[in-house]
Amino acid sequence: MSALRIAVPRGALLRETLDLLDGIGLDTREVRENDRKLLFEAPGIVTMRPSDVPTYVEAGAADLGITGKDVLMEQSEREVYELADLGYGHCTMVLATAAGEDRAAEALRRLGVVRIATKYPRIAAQYFLETGRQAEIVEVKGSVELAPLTGLAEGIVDLTATGTTLRENGLVIREEIVRCTARLIANRVAHKLKAREIDALLERVHAR
Amino acid sequence: MIHRIPSGTRDVLPDEMRELRAMTDRVRGVFERAGYGEVYTPALEYENTFQRADMSATRPAYRMFDEHGNVFVLRSDMTVPIARLVASRYAQAEPPHRFSYFAHAYRGVRPQRGQSREFLQAGVELIGAPAPDGTAEVLSILCAALDAAGLRTYRIGVGDASLYPSLLEAVGVPGNRRERILTELVTGDFVGLEQELQSLPLADDALELLLRVPGMRGGPELLEGASGTLREAGTGMRTLHALLAPEVAERIIFDFGLVRSLGYYTGAVFQVYDPAYGVPIGSGGRYDELLGRFGAPLPAVGFALNVERLHIALTGEERGLA
Repeated sequence: MSALRIAVPRGALLRETLDLLDGIGLDTREVRENDRKLLFEAPGIVTMRPSDVPTYVEAGAADLGITGKDVLMEQSEREVYELADLGYGHCTMVLATAAGEDRAAEALRRLGVVRIATKYPRIAAQYFLETGRQAEIVEVKGSVELAPLTGLAEGIVDLTATGTTLRENGLVIREEIVRCTARLIANRVAHKLKAREIDALLERVHAR
Repeated sequence: MIHRIPSGTRDVLPDEMRELRAMTDRVRGVFERAGYGEVYTPALEYENTFQRADMSATRPAYRMFDEHGNVFVLRSDMTVPIARLVASRYAQAEPPHRFSYFAHAYRGVRPQRGQSREFLQAGVELIGAPAPDGTAEVLSILCAALDAAGLRTYRIGVGDASLYPSLLEAVGVPGNRRERILTELVTGDFVGLEQELQSLPLADDALELLLRVPGMRGGPELLEGASGTLREAGTGMRTLHALLAPEVAERIIFDFGLVRSLGYYTGAVFQVYDPAYGVPIGSGGRYDELLGRFGAPLPAVGFALNVERLHIALTGEERGLA
């Protein structure tokens, strides 16, 4: 029904994103039933990793996309329009260290620099720059909670929804950096050339 | 043996070159017939020439020193060199001046983004012709150039760099808060824009207006529908629209949210779109204060097309992506 192509994030945001798309009149049954297929012509949906959504939308390979604010902040140079805060996928970017004495604070005091492991090197670097502290950012791809437990880093900057994973690994939140939710983004050209379709969709999103 | 070239640069081989040359020759014919004589200026300029222009988005990225310690930059666009050229070589001549160019410009790139350090621009500058007539003339040449290049489905977004700032002023947003609001608008972050605006003590109708305007884009009905403060702010676009020939007017998308990050734009701003390609293929606008910074205060307007992107959009249209 829609002439628009929407990039939908697989992973934690998938279910609520599909609920949202159902709510505005797209038929997402095929997407729900099939977790291998990537491109769904009829509802105009393509599925991908959340961090790839801005890439596809910026290039115009998708007209619209849904992804977390954390992804958009980490890729802040992407030239896309951020149209709406979708109000789900609440989570917080935090600085966490091992429970007990704050090893990050100790490192800063005694060594002048703190090692921070993260999947969000740019958000982490920017945060320490803005707070006037020197940090050595160590980028890791997988479970970042491991880093302070093994001595790779004193602290981590990571996204948490409930804090459970942190707690289970003996980490405590020391600072909240920013709160994130799911956002609707648009390609710069599509936003102008498919204005009517995009505005109609946006209206249904807001009316929900 | 493979010898690398810098990222963001590339070799052009004969098949592509033939296509590029054929396309630019057609565009050059349009510029020449409209009386826009082609100029070429050095790729190297003194750094203070570009500093004079004071622009945030396209600050030159590459510097070098000569044997006397002078700092050169690789030009980051052609508008500033042409402003310098007019001020120095046409000081005694009667305006308006019409120039066209096909020249490479150089900008910094971010890694892994497919951005070009060196790219060919085709454009015109009309210096000494104020709004709205000068703007209308340049828009009609822009359309003729895109037609000649062979694009069929292109559209031109037209906004006004002064529209949103004047609305902010009219509803009484203090000067020190305006810059952050405009930054959100330039980066296209409508969520951040809403947060900034909601933190201000604004009347409900003022807030509603400031939230609504950035998303307003469409045909001339947009201009007629506006009332009050917005109608006043849109006067420039309305008078411009009245001057456009029908074949130009039908290509225009009026866009109240279009602002450009280039520091020197003052009035109308343009951006060229094609449905076959996800990124804008050219841009331009009025820069009525730039020439004054070179000691030749003249109103001016121009545009630059990115030739490589134009070619990509053209091949995209041929493959039926539009």
